[in-house]
This record gives sequence, C-alpha cells and structure tokens, in this order.
Amino acid sequence: MRRRDFVHLTGLGAAAAMLPSIPVWGNSVPLDAALDRIDPVLKKRMSDVALNAARSRGATYTDVRIGRYLNQFVVTREDKVENIVNTESYGMGIRVIANGSWGFAATDKMDNDSIAKAAELAVAIAKENSRLLTEPVQLAPQKGYGEVSWKAPIEKNAFEVPMKEKVDLLLSVNDAALKGGANYANSVLFLVNEQKYFASTDGSYIDQDIHRIWPTFFLTKIDAKSGKFETRNSLSAPMGMGYEYLEARPQDKIQGVTTLYKGRYDMLEDAKAAATQVGQKITAKSVEAGKYDLVLDPSHLWLTIHESTGHPTELDRVLGYEANFAGTSFLTLDKWQSKNFKYGSDLVNIVGDKTQPGSLGAVGYDDEGVGTKKWDIIKDGVLVNYQAIRDQAHIVGLNESQGCCYADNWSSVQFQRMPNVSLLPGKKQKSIDDLIKNVEKGIYIIGDGSFSIDQQRYNFQFGGQLYYEIKEGKITGMLKDVAYQANTQEFWNACSDMCDERDYRLGGSFFDGKGQPMQSSAVSHGCATTRFNGVNVINTARKI
Amino acid sequence: MSILSKEQAQALLKKVLSYSKADECEVNLSGSDAGNIRYARNSVSTSGGVSSNSLVVSSAFGKKMGVATINEYDDESLRKVVQRAEELAMLAPENPEFVSFMGPQTYPESATFVQATADMSPKDRADAVAASLQISKENKLTAAGFLENNTSYSAMMNSKGLFAYNTSTGVSFNVTLRTEDGKGSGYATKSYNDFKKLDVKAASASAAIKAARSATARAIEPGKYTVILEPAAALVLLENLFFGMDGRQADEGRSFMSKPGGLTKLGEKLVDERVNIYSDPFNTELPTSTWSGDGRAQEKVNWIENGVMKNLFYSRYWAQKKGVKAIPTPEAVIMAGTNQSLEDLIKSTEKGILVTRLWYIRSVDPQTVLLTGLTRDGTFYIENGEIKFPVKNFRFNESPIIMLNNLEALGKPERTVSGESGINALIPPMKIRDFTFSSLSDAV
Repeated sequence: MRRRDFVHLTGLGAAAAMLPSIPVWGNSVPLDAALDRIDPVLKKRMSDVALNAARSRGATYTDVRIGRYLNQFVVTREDKVENIVNTESYGMGIRVIANGSWGFAATDKMDNDSIAKAAELAVAIAKENSRLLTEPVQLAPQKGYGEVSWKAPIEKNAFEVPMKEKVDLLLSVNDAALKGGANYANSVLFLVNEQKYFASTDGSYIDQDIHRIWPTFFLTKIDAKSGKFETRNSLSAPMGMGYEYLEARPQDKIQGVTTLYKGRYDMLEDAKAAATQVGQKITAKSVEAGKYDLVLDPSHLWLTIHESTGHPTELDRVLGYEANFAGTSFLTLDKWQSKNFKYGSDLVNIVGDKTQPGSLGAVGYDDEGVGTKKWDIIKDGVLVNYQAIRDQAHIVGLNESQGCCYADNWSSVQFQRMPNVSLLPGKKQKSIDDLIKNVEKGIYIIGDGSFSIDQQRYNFQFGGQLYYEIKEGKITGMLKDVAYQANTQEFWNACSDMCDERDYRLGGSFFDGKGQPMQSSAVSHGCATTRFNGVNVINTARKI
Repeated sequence: MSILSKEQAQALLKKVLSYSKADECEVNLSGSDAGNIRYARNSVSTSGGVSSNSLVVSSAFGKKMGVATINEYDDESLRKVVQRAEELAMLAPENPEFVSFMGPQTYPESATFVQATADMSPKDRADAVAASLQISKENKLTAAGFLENNTSYSAMMNSKGLFAYNTSTGVSFNVTLRTEDGKGSGYATKSYNDFKKLDVKAASASAAIKAARSATARAIEPGKYTVILEPAAALVLLENLFFGMDGRQADEGRSFMSKPGGLTKLGEKLVDERVNIYSDPFNTELPTSTWSGDGRAQEKVNWIENGVMKNLFYSRYWAQKKGVKAIPTPEAVIMAGTNQSLEDLIKSTEKGILVTRLWYIRSVDPQTVLLTGLTRDGTFYIENGEIKFPVKNFRFNESPIIMLNNLEALGKPERTVSGESGINALIPPMKIRDFTFSSLSDAV
C-alpha cells in the first residue's frame, strides 16, 4: 500500500484528486477470508519450482517470496461510513543472481509453468544486465534455517473483530468530535496482515504472519467569522499489534496537558480532547520567531528521529544507491571509520531493532532470510554503525547481514529498509514536568505535523499538532504557526535532557517511501520525552 | 502478456455482468506489463519485470454497495467475485452519498498508446542505461538513475450499458550525476508515451553539465530572491495548487479556495493575469485517457484563465448536491507560456537564482498553501543576465498563490514529470520575484 493509494482510498487528502481513479488496491476478499491461510506445504512446492527453474538456467543464487497481503479499511466521515474495503494481493517474486548480477521477476499466475517462466525471465534480466556491472554481487554468508515459522505476538486478530464493532467505534469518535465543537470529523481504521513465505537456495523455508493496525482521525474546525480553519489529528501510533491496541487501560495513559498513550490507545478520549483543542488552536497566540528550548513528546519526536537518524544511517544511501531519488547521506563512511564523529550529545544512544514486540518493524526473519536482531547505531553520541543487508555487509566489515531487507509486495524487489530506529530513554528518573520546570523560554510540542528534510539529511523543518508555550518552567498557553528548523548534527548535540523508560513510547509510519519504483515500508521509532536547547523556530502564518 | 484487446475485454465484461443479481453492477478491468532497470555507482543495481491484472466488481442494492476484486478469469472465479461483491453490499451500511452508475457514454479515441513503447525489451532498457553510463564515465561522474516502461489497458462496463476501453504506454527516465568528490550534482527527468521521444543521452548530458557547474557552491544569505524555476521545479510547487481545487473542500470551508460563510473564490482573480492553466486529454504532447475511472468523459477544462479561478473538480455526489457540472479530476495539467527559452529568462535577469530541482515538498498550512522544501542538484546565482556561480542549497517557505502573484515572466512550456507525485504536466520555466528562502542547507 503506497501512501498515495492510502490517501486516495480514504479521501483524506486533496492530493487524492489527481490520482488514477480506478480503485485497484488488490483483490477484495470476504470478511472472514483472512482466517484461511495457504498451506506451507503448497508454498514450499511452488517455491521449489522457481528455485529449480532458476538454477537450471544458470542462477547461482535464488530466493522466492510468496506473499499474501491483506488490508482492511473502514473509512468514515461525520455520521457516514464512506467505504469498507477488503483487499488481497497474492503472488510470487523471484530474485536471482546470474553472471554476478541481480535479476528479478514477479507473477500473480501461480501455476508451475508461469512460475518457471518468471524464474527464467529473472535469470534473463540478470544476464542482460551483467554487461553493465562494475563488480559482481557479494552476498554475506547466511545459513539456511530449514522449515521455520514466526508469528507476530498479537492478542486479538483485528480482521476477526466484527465489522459492526469497528464501524460503531469510528462513528462514536466522529460523534464525540462534532459534539465537542469540530465542524468535520474523518476517522479511519487501517488493518494489515502480511502472510509471507520465503525460500532460498541457502536452504531456508520461512513462513511468517505479520499484523499491523492504525486507527486515526482528522478533525477540522472553522471560525465562521474569519473563515480561518485549524486541524487536529489523532495522537495514535500505527503499531505491530492486533485489536488490543484499541483497548487502553489506565496504566497505558500518561496525564498532562492532554492524555498521552503508551502501547495502547483510547481513541474516543483523544477525539474528545482534540475537539476542544482544535477550537483552542484558532484563538491561540501566533508564535514569535526566535530561539526556543523544545520539549518534544514521543508522538512528535519519532518523526524527527525517522528523518534525521533513521534515513542518514541507511547504508544504501551512504553508498549512493539512492542518489537519484531518496538521496545520499551526510554520515559518510569516513565519519564512521573515525570512531569519534559526534552525531549527538553524550545522552544520545540510538539503536536499530527488528525484534521489538509491538513495533511495526518486528519480524522473525527479513525478506532475504536473515534472522533479526538489535544493535547500536549511535553510542554515547558517536556514530558506531549503519543498517545493512547481505550484499552490503562486507562494505562495513560485517560478517553477516543486520536483517534490514524488505519488499512491500510480492511484485516488488526487496532492498535495504530502515529497521525500527529508536532513541534509548534516560537513565535518571525524570518526568515530563521535570523537563519543563527547567525551561525558561520554550515550546512543548505534541503530535506530528509538517515534515521536510534535505537529501543528505542536514537541514530539516518540522511542525506538530499541539504547541504549548513554556515560560520560566511553566506552561502558559497554546501557540500556533510554529515550525522549527535545524541542522541534524547541531540539533542532536543540543539534546540536553530526557525522561526515563516510564515515558518511553513508540510512534511510527506505514508509509516510509524509498526506492524506484517507490516502495512503502512500515517502521516504528521509540523514545521518551526529550529536551533540545536553543532551536530556531519560525512563524508560518501567511496572507494570500 | 496481460493486455486484452477491446473485443476480449468487452466479452469478458459481458460475462461478468451476466452473473450479477444486484440492482446495479459496474466492472472495471485493467492490466499492465511493466519493466524497469535501476542503476547507481555507475553500475546496474536492480531491475525487473512485472505483469499484473485486476478485475473490480462494484455491486449495489439500493444505496448499499460492495466491492470485490479478483485476478483469475475462469468462469468459477468470475461467478465468485460477483457473489462476493453482492455479499459485501448486503453487509455494508446504506451510504446516503451513493450515486447510481452512469448510463451509456461515447468517448473519442485517446492517443495514449504507442507501439514502440509496447515493444520495449530488457535489452532496450539495458542499452539506454549503457548510453547514460557512458556519458557519466566520460565526464568522470557517478551516475544513479532509473528507467521504467509500461503497457497497460483499462476497460469498464456497467449494467446501465456504459462501456469504455483504453490502452496506454509510458516510459520514464531520470538520472542524477554527481562529481567524484561529491561536491556537484545534476539531475534530469523525462516522461513520454512514446519511447522514440526519449533521448537518454541528451538528458544525461544535461545532468552532466549541471553536475560539473554546481561543484564548489558558495553560500549566500537566505532571504527573498528573484528565482527562475525550471519546469520540473515549478511543477512540484504548482501541483499543490491543483490538488487543492476540490469543489467539496472549497464549499466546506477547508481549502485555499474557501471564503467565510460557505462561499468560494470561484470566479475571482487570485493570481497574475498571465496565468492560464487547463487540462486537455487531446493535447498531442501530453495525451491522456478520454474517460475517468467512474465513466465520466474527460474534456478540455480551463482551471485558471487570465488569473481567474474558473473551475473546480467534483465528485458526482457533490456536483449533484450543488447543482453544478461534475467535472472529474484531470490526469495531467497544462500551463500556457510564451516562446521565451530558459536562456532568454536568464538573460533578462539582473540578479537572481536559477533553481533546477526542488525536493521534499510538504504542506505547512493548507489555508494559504504554504509549502516548505529545498533546492537540489544544481542551484545557480545569476547576475547581469548570466549564470555566475553555483550556490549552496536553500530551504524555502513559499505559497504557489503568492508565487503566481509575483510572476515576472513565463517561458516555453515543456513536458515534465513531478518528482514528488509522479503526475505529468506541460509547464513553462518561470521567473518569480521575492521568493522566500528561509535557511541554508549543506546538502549536495
């Protein structure tokens, strides 16, 4: 599911208007179809057809991914259900190395003949391309796991929850928002189930079942007199969880200027708060541009981590493989080799992690059959590692891949994608109030908003959902028209304080885009509330 | 091959409809054969071929609608997909915004299919990349690029007698060339229906010139500058204006087109009177389908005429409610210009900045269409009608509405493709005064 398909489907962005209007997002399936799974015995048989066909044509390595991708959307606005969609996409992608070059082909025709033809096409493409190669592909060794499986540790399969329950929840959210003063309320529940099978000539046959959920809403309030409007989006996070994410308990809530959610989400409560806040945003004070200390909530900071730490530490960008689209990186190999490049202050410890339960990136094995793990990327502020896959590992002196390979569909070729990249919480016990009380002139930012960063990840600009002015250690009121601009290295070196693990929460996105053709990847980023000193804030108000 | 002929598509669609028991049924059918090749570090990296197809059945009982799709076309699968759509329709709550499907329509033939593109092979793609790599190596640069071609068809039929069919081809190429020291970078992007129009060598050569000229850029103070935007840079800003021209959003008070009291700015002059923006499926440089996915005919539409907002696009439901013509969203847009070349615009500039590409454009405020983003892959200082030296990249915060009010000059439109959304457009290079750069970036 590409971001723009999602935007189109849900009608949530005006950008939807220009996109192709034929609704092809995969095959719709009956509401109970997600319960049936394709027998791994059959998938192994189909995989072997592809592995053998590629080998017989001269492939020296082959991997096969059989994917069944199920999505469900429930899309509402105000008191109406706009759309209920179940989609399925089923097919096979075959990747080979022949004459030292990669080749790839995919098919949704799953008979033996079509599979063999796709395998032959992949080999033919590899051979055709090998004349343009400067050095042959070098794969880090990977042991075969035999026949294994992995399932996301969900408590309640959201596909099995009755449709009425989901519809009732969303309509009650909209109703509460409208009663609270919002003029418009859109809400969406987005469910994902990836049933993935991987087989390779290394001797792995891996069956995995991955679940994701994202409930979200968008409220709009219009000031009738001036025509000015403001919006307030949900503070939910997309998660690698089942429907239990929507069953918040008291221990999952952090109280403050607005309730914040840890691991589980109370959608109705957040909608009620949002309806009040979107009205407050209209009358809020317009920010005075200048330097402020920023106290950033995890519902906001996850995106700054994603853009300014996650992306520049992707090894494919560092090496230049993304130069034509997503860009390269300022974190060049010489900075890593120096062992003393000060990316951030001593407080900054950032890890790559493909195993964290509940996160979007968690899997047992990546899409080239590598068991997943956790590792340091920034240690005490210093750059110590990147994110790598099998054909890159040797470049950074690794004997094995870090398990960061992913394809967003059976029809897409797998490549290096970001694992969960998370800022470790502080070691000293500190609450959000402890952070705010030491700020003389600052802004407390909650929720993610506008975001933009350059192609080497130096200069960024971020907005949020809620901005609160801090004066002499106290929150004095709401601000609007706020965005902050910074240089990545200066920003992370201005990191001055953070809450402890009690405040640690995950944020994330379903739509991290990279590659050509563009692929989307789902990824989480964890952190606790964190303070950054002296960041440049601009005022974004304009008149047209 | 996944491409069905008009007759094959018609026969298949008739069969699907024969299985329907719903009050109304509409079927969309599509398929594509696509191939791509990607290169980086002066070497091919990944490439592939993908064939896919899909059949979408929408069944309605009264105002209850269900949608099901399938990609197997045997009789049993076709019966099953119709039955699924009908089951989903029975489960769905009534949607008061459901509008009955359209009756028979006639559409002129579109000019979107070109045989030379449909005939492209993996060898053609590899040859094109080899030509691009040769230019990179000759100029001691490092290339990363992407070439993709596809052949597709789409067809639709409904129980009210509507039938539509179209075939289309497309080829797109883009390349970034960087100096070996990483201090210079140049970019080119091209998109056509006809592979024969694609000149990979010329595109790569223009990127090579920008890479060489952009090395050792100087930092100049951010602030308000006269800028000349190349078409690829202008499009990624202007498309945010086009995307915001939804009639319902305007009527509901939540777009730049809204006014207090439920009124809109339709009919008002919002930008410079030299601004004329329209869409035309029959434009020979940029042909598009003559029908939209819900069966509405695509016609020539003036969106902005002499600076005046002339039309908005509507869903069929909202148009019916408002009693206006249900103009569908266009597939591509065209902005009129003059016969002036980019060089002419540069020559007439006393002091200014040439922007060849913009990147990572995001909305900051939908009410004013305030956007932020950065320059990339070649930004140059102009003085006394000449490019003097490369400058470091900037972050900007600017609204296309403000920008089109600060219009100084327009050049000759050319076909370009958005690096952000992927839409195609005919856009002139343009000179804009007081464009707001708010900070510097070290990125190359």
